[in-house]
Amino acid sequence: MAKILAVTIIVIAIVSAIPIIRHTWDPPADISTHGGMIDEQMSETMAEAGISFLASQILLALFIWKFSSWRPGDKIKTFPGGAKALVWAAFLLVGTEVLALGVFGVKAWATVYLTPPSANAIPVQVQAGQFAFYFRYPGPDGTFGPLHPDMISEANENFFGLDTTHDADSKDDIVTAEMAIPVDREIHLLMHAKDVGHSFYVPALRVQQDFVPGLDLSLHFTATQIGKYEIVCTQLCGLGHYNMKAYLEVMSQDDFDNWLKKEAALQ
Amino acid sequence: MHDMSAHAAEHHAPTSFISKHVFSLDHKVIGKQYYGMALAAVLIGMVLSWLMRIHLAWTNYPIPGLHLLSANGAPGNVMTPEYYLQLMTMHATIMVFFVLTTAPFAAFGNYFLPIQVGAEDMPFPHFNMMSFWVTFSGFLVLVSSFFVSDGPTLGGWTQYAPLSAIGPASGPGQGMGVVLWAISIALFCVGQLLGSLNFITTTLDMRTKGMSMWRLPLSAWAWFITSVMGLTAFAVLMPACILLILDHVAGTSFFVPSGLVLNDQLQPHSGGSTLLWQHLFWFFGHPEVYIAIVPGMGIVSHVLITNMRRPMLSHRVLVYSMGALAVLSYMVYGHHMFVSGMNPVSSLAFSFPTLIITIPSTVIVLIWMGSIYGSKLRINTASLFSLGFVSMFISGGVSGFFLAQPSIDIMLHATYFVVGHFHLVMAVAAIFGIFAGTYFWFPKMFGRMMDETLGKIHFWLTFVGAYCIFMPFHYLGIAGNVRRYQAFVDDYLQPLIPVHRFITIAALLTGVAQLIFLYNLFYSRFWGKPATDNPWEATSLEWSTPTTPPPHNNFGDKLPEVFHDPYQYSVEGATRDYVMQTSPEKVNPANDEA
Repeated sequence: MAKILAVTIIVIAIVSAIPIIRHTWDPPADISTHGGMIDEQMSETMAEAGISFLASQILLALFIWKFSSWRPGDKIKTFPGGAKALVWAAFLLVGTEVLALGVFGVKAWATVYLTPPSANAIPVQVQAGQFAFYFRYPGPDGTFGPLHPDMISEANENFFGLDTTHDADSKDDIVTAEMAIPVDREIHLLMHAKDVGHSFYVPALRVQQDFVPGLDLSLHFTATQIGKYEIVCTQLCGLGHYNMKAYLEVMSQDDFDNWLKKEAALQ
Repeated sequence: MHDMSAHAAEHHAPTSFISKHVFSLDHKVIGKQYYGMALAAVLIGMVLSWLMRIHLAWTNYPIPGLHLLSANGAPGNVMTPEYYLQLMTMHATIMVFFVLTTAPFAAFGNYFLPIQVGAEDMPFPHFNMMSFWVTFSGFLVLVSSFFVSDGPTLGGWTQYAPLSAIGPASGPGQGMGVVLWAISIALFCVGQLLGSLNFITTTLDMRTKGMSMWRLPLSAWAWFITSVMGLTAFAVLMPACILLILDHVAGTSFFVPSGLVLNDQLQPHSGGSTLLWQHLFWFFGHPEVYIAIVPGMGIVSHVLITNMRRPMLSHRVLVYSMGALAVLSYMVYGHHMFVSGMNPVSSLAFSFPTLIITIPSTVIVLIWMGSIYGSKLRINTASLFSLGFVSMFISGGVSGFFLAQPSIDIMLHATYFVVGHFHLVMAVAAIFGIFAGTYFWFPKMFGRMMDETLGKIHFWLTFVGAYCIFMPFHYLGIAGNVRRYQAFVDDYLQPLIPVHRFITIAALLTGVAQLIFLYNLFYSRFWGKPATDNPWEATSLEWSTPTTPPPHNNFGDKLPEVFHDPYQYSVEGATRDYVMQTSPEKVNPANDEA
């Protein structure tokens, strides 16, 4: 029975690795300037974790196979080098491996989170609420008007709580239900939560960031491929969580300018 | 360490049914009560997972009889989106708290820790009884939330604020459901704090003559280390739950900031912090992962050693590694919050200890594997589940390499990759530890053997089934499949639905296989083959009791004296292939690490 277990472990390990090696289920193709670094980090980690996984499972299986057959008079053998060798192996092999992953991984993280957006990044505000995203562009004045939570009204379609009567900066703000951005331009995304926690996840953009009620956060990224992509919520926000989504449309600069004009006319 | 023999006679056996079986002060009865509660809890949790899995695979398919559970939650037997989330929250809460914490730690620990240290009972039997009954009350409070008007909370077992703190406006179950959840968990924390105090004192003060700390079996070490973690982790979660309750019933705003609008209504809260909840929760939550798994490591080590007929390559290195896991577990909790809005520099600071914690984990795995090398491995159901544990722990562990890195977490956070990771490393592995412990200690607890053939069938179906369920979760996560969705409506998720169907079928079949275990458990309890005092030819003190099951005061009139390290197997020159801890027989000192 031990031998069957050994074979089963090896079969499970190999079968488990096949979809990874064949890329059967991959994330949507990357469309961002920073995503390559994340994907590279992912591949390196997959290689190291994959080797560790296969090597450990196969070794476990081999030991089970070999050391379950013994005769009563057999003596116990000690692993060459004993515990000391194994502790050294863990520190040297895994320690070096994880330290390398950690150090190299800093670069991708720092690019996304520890560098400021460039001065000419396009500001877009996104507000998350149960169970929809709304987007706001500052309009020709380049300035967002202030938010008045007490004025938020779904019924009046005042999703952000703008006071266009009194706040001059709000008058030209453009509010939309879908997000459009020009290709190859950096976007400075300003994130605001209306009610509970939500998240902004665009797998194709390699972006995920929670909305934190009471704390406005920001992100910056550049999309490099024209197309339509899904924005989904990943932070459990209530009964409609699964259906909280919007589309991100990456356009040419001209198309974006036209889109913005069209949306401005609809306000 | 004390010679407690003078006190043995003071521990009178109870006479009435109530004091013997219900409000018992006997650690063994309390251990069995915890086991029974965990068994009831795991059955509920498993049925909830079946309902969730069927719904995920065939979303609008009616599940016959579901409306009986909740007419509002399943009109026409089809689960509503909110009911899915409510069942999911209950599944996770029941499993994490009332199964994974109680069975390997509170159940087996209660029964066997005092015996393994050579004591007649725990030092505070009344606290011990309270520990169980307070925990059980917490369980009843949690289950009662199924029966309140809008059902249990839908906020997930993590109960992130402000969804959890803002009240009924945020969704069904978010009023009374959350309050009951928080009361339940606060009670659970009180119960486990009382238990942890007892475990720590038992280990430090109740050891019998000759039982130095290094002569404790690895299972006893694991329970001791876990109880130290429990003492600090549950002490943080309990006040967090109290603050959450106050946000509901006293108009406070600990976790709710100002300016929030629900249903076009400005909420009357101000000044709270949503991230405060996450910090408090995960300061408990990550040690909780180790509270669930370290007892399993101890049990599996104990069972493996007996069946390898040799001690581990190094007893001390294993103990130090489990201790390192415990210490590091408090420094890594922020890896749950990489994309939470916490300062991104903090994410890097939490990333490194998370990567480093793989080192003691690897040491533990290598010591297990290096000890199998050259051993005389015996195959029985308990050792099969122990070997299965090692395999599962490796599989679940390597995915930790990914989740420890903030940059990769951008893609994998809140996806099924995380669900696959924690189910393998914490849930399935811990459950395998529980199974290994059950098959191994059942003869001592009930005086009868479990059926080995049924046990092996149970192992094979569970081992292969668990892999079929949880390995594909990783593929889903890599493809960006978000967790906690009741249906997959996004375009990019459509190709993944067949994978979900495969998982559901595997989950149902693996679940049915657990009925074999249940049958074996109950059948063997009454009609199993009578067990001898030491059926596995093991060495530690639980196998030296004068009767099986042990008498009320464990060792009869005189507490045992210990002469050896716990695991004297394949001893050269000994009369048998093992030497009991209580045997004064001289052994080869090379084998006596302590």
